[in-house]
Amino acid sequence: MGAGHRYLPNTAADRRQMLEALGLGSVEELFADIPDRVRFKGKLELPAPMSELELVRHMAALAGRNATVDEYVTFRGAGAYDHFIPSVVSHITGRAEFYTAYTPYQPEVSQAVLQAIYEYQTLICELTGMEVANASMYDGATAAAEAAIISSQTLTGRRRVVVSSALHPEYRETLNTYARGPGLAVAEIPTEGGVTPPDRLRKALDSSTACVIIQQPNFFGCVEDMDALGEAAHAAGAHFVACVDPISLGVLKPPGEYGADLAVGEGQPLGVPLGFGGPHLGFFAATGKLTRRMPGRIAGMTLDADGKRGFVLTLQTREQHIRREKATSNICSNEALCALAATVYLCLMGKQGVREVATQCLKKACYAQEQLEPAGYPLAFAGPFFREFAVRSPVPVERVNSTLLADKIVGGVELGRWYPELQDSLLVAVTEKRTRQDIDRLVAGMGGLR
Amino acid sequence: MTSQLEAGRRPEPLIFEMSSPGRIAYSLPALDVPDRPVEECLPAGALRRTAPELPEVSEVDVVRHFTRLSQIQHGVDIGFYPLGSCTMKYNPKVNEDMASLPGLAGVHPYFPEELVQGALELLYRMERYLCEIGGVSRVSLQPAAGAHGELTGLLMFRAYHADRGENRTRILIPDSAHGTNPASAIVCGYQTVEVPSDHRGGVDIEALKRLMGPDVAGLMLTNPNTLGLFDENMATVAEIVHSQGGLLYYDGANANAIMGIARPGDTGFDVVHFNLHKTFATPHGGGGPGSGPVGAVAKLEPYLPAPLVDADGDRYRLAYDRPRSIGRVKSFYGNFLVVVKAYAYIRSMGAEGLLRVSEDAVLNANYLMRKLAEHFHLPYDRHCKHECVVSGVWQKDRHGVRTLDMAKRLLDYGFHAPTIYFPLIVPECLMVEPTETESRQTLDAFAGTMAHIAGEAESDPDLVKGAPHTTPVKRLDEALAARKPNLRWRPE
Repeated sequence: MGAGHRYLPNTAADRRQMLEALGLGSVEELFADIPDRVRFKGKLELPAPMSELELVRHMAALAGRNATVDEYVTFRGAGAYDHFIPSVVSHITGRAEFYTAYTPYQPEVSQAVLQAIYEYQTLICELTGMEVANASMYDGATAAAEAAIISSQTLTGRRRVVVSSALHPEYRETLNTYARGPGLAVAEIPTEGGVTPPDRLRKALDSSTACVIIQQPNFFGCVEDMDALGEAAHAAGAHFVACVDPISLGVLKPPGEYGADLAVGEGQPLGVPLGFGGPHLGFFAATGKLTRRMPGRIAGMTLDADGKRGFVLTLQTREQHIRREKATSNICSNEALCALAATVYLCLMGKQGVREVATQCLKKACYAQEQLEPAGYPLAFAGPFFREFAVRSPVPVERVNSTLLADKIVGGVELGRWYPELQDSLLVAVTEKRTRQDIDRLVAGMGGLR
Repeated sequence: MTSQLEAGRRPEPLIFEMSSPGRIAYSLPALDVPDRPVEECLPAGALRRTAPELPEVSEVDVVRHFTRLSQIQHGVDIGFYPLGSCTMKYNPKVNEDMASLPGLAGVHPYFPEELVQGALELLYRMERYLCEIGGVSRVSLQPAAGAHGELTGLLMFRAYHADRGENRTRILIPDSAHGTNPASAIVCGYQTVEVPSDHRGGVDIEALKRLMGPDVAGLMLTNPNTLGLFDENMATVAEIVHSQGGLLYYDGANANAIMGIARPGDTGFDVVHFNLHKTFATPHGGGGPGSGPVGAVAKLEPYLPAPLVDADGDRYRLAYDRPRSIGRVKSFYGNFLVVVKAYAYIRSMGAEGLLRVSEDAVLNANYLMRKLAEHFHLPYDRHCKHECVVSGVWQKDRHGVRTLDMAKRLLDYGFHAPTIYFPLIVPECLMVEPTETESRQTLDAFAGTMAHIAGEAESDPDLVKGAPHTTPVKRLDEALAARKPNLRWRPE
């Protein structure tokens, strides 16, 4: 390191002068309080440092060994969707004023982050029809898990969580992990025809049920009867947690209209890159009466010393840095920059765009399904769907996908991975980015296998 | 920062207040499949009846709105940001470019493994590097943040003890710990027990001996702690906890002080988290996303979340078959693009670079501490590590000027304030973390400003108490915000 490093401004002369000011002979003396027996004496075995040029070449080589959604036509969704991201989004999230800031602890110099959170909260409330939203969670899975915990904390004595087996399998796994801490029991309701039957749900509920979590559209893409499911949850005195896709809310009824107590979900479709699964964005919204039970950061409007409008983090007595062991959640860092991406995306799409992107997804998915059916791939479940649907394959699904791959198409996700009874089924997602030609190629590739 | 230039300008309206019916900022290709009414595809009862009140604005409206907002925001790229325990170091630009490469940003998490070998190799190598830096045997990159890592680690504690047929119910946490530690312990179903600090700022060994027992699952420790002090009795602490079957959790928030100097796994810790957004230079994003990988020594390794990435020769695969794993803590494989940036950072630094990072971080903090101690009370007069804690008690007692006032006054001079009123054990606390990416000149300028503010506190206390004066908004009424919550805009 004799030559110095581009990220480290101290020169040898600086270090010498600073040590002199401290009355020390070497940096080593600053570490003298680390006991010898816990001191690391070797040299870390890491690759030699790279110059920027070497790094760029190395990273390009790694990246070059991955397929991308630009290069392959993808029909894969299952919780992460290839929607179009307008150019403006990355130009705004790429502004260093936003991305090199942290949690706005000093609001007077953090009005951009705070106002953007306030706008994000408003957009999520409008989209979901809920009264209050927080500044973000890690992802849809953790947002759903925290909704279950909050429900159990709020409804004292209720420690049972009931979920549909059509809730995303990784969300259920996450929920099961989170449930261990507070000792929540998680029960799964099997689906019938790809949806959660309200009468079956009703039978599964009792006075110990804290909440019911239903995904809309569910993991199979099917549209659930949220009115009836919500009614069943409420009849048992439990919270109704709707885990919703934000794009679908351009056409589907918002959780606020069917009485959901909590609305959570994965915000990735709102302008956040796929990024091999992260960072994505959990959104979390609630009825007004649950405001003070919410996890995470919340921005609020207030006035400054001159009576001018401004924004601050508020209701912080829910949070870990104030309440420590009495906090409603342990979350500290969230996904603020992804929430900013979603904010910019929703502002760009606006009232009309959100509906148009949703209807295009819906119509393209319907078209794809109608073409696949005569090609030998009937729907696995007969009911209505939004952007994604499951089909039964007459030939092994692995063969379908390897054939498609040769034509640079990534076919639907193999459902047998999570549902043994659906070994022969593929979950096909169609976003607004897929053209008719893409869909026809998929259908031709799959149809040719029969 | 721009704020001084912008003072007095019209406040930026909310985007909703700029809305004009019919105005749009999006474009999509015309629908190229047969059109049909939505009602043909979906049951009427499932449909949205009224459109959400999203703004109707033009593209230029959106760009100007967020650009203008950005001009009233402090960030690392604008100036010094000495927020203690947050490690607000410089975030290398090239790492942002790398994370937006289409071959990394445009990859679906459920692409078949043969299509994502580059991504899996990156995760595999990153795990090896963190194992080496932390002195642990395996690392899960799944947790999304430090607190998420704590939750993961403590659930691993539970699983470990449960496998031994033990039901341990308590977690020991020093009084200097971050608030996430007790909050995470509670989320994991534990009761928390606070361990006092001794007069040197470390864990009070006698108290630890008294509090440790067969019902204690483990101790969570940040080392160096939030006072910026390395626990001199680390080995004894580990012995006390381990001798009674307890485990040690390393909160990696302050690992910027110890790279290549002390490895948590070697010093007795069983589970370790790293904050990639602190130690490994990934940006904080206005509050996130971060990344909180969790490492474990061999005996805790079976409990790590699944999947991990394994290699068969030069082929990489996701290993889901981990029967004793606590399970998944989030979707997919963690905050991958954050991991990418941290990976690029480690490759840019190498072993000698990371060692120098820690040395310079510690040198900078000590240099600053001594300068600040000329005007502020220094509660623990010993070498600090990467951050230091001073107190505003003199200014409060002598002039009625609180630490909060001085923090706000710093904003007038273009600096972000340090972390204040934390750790809780130091009254009128200022926790200052300069990081290694600041030059001696910046430290001198900051120390000079702090000295100047100490002078103002004496000569003109009201000036400091009324601060800030030049920021885009003046001191904000937080009590009002909490008393009358206004958490969203509503149409008139």
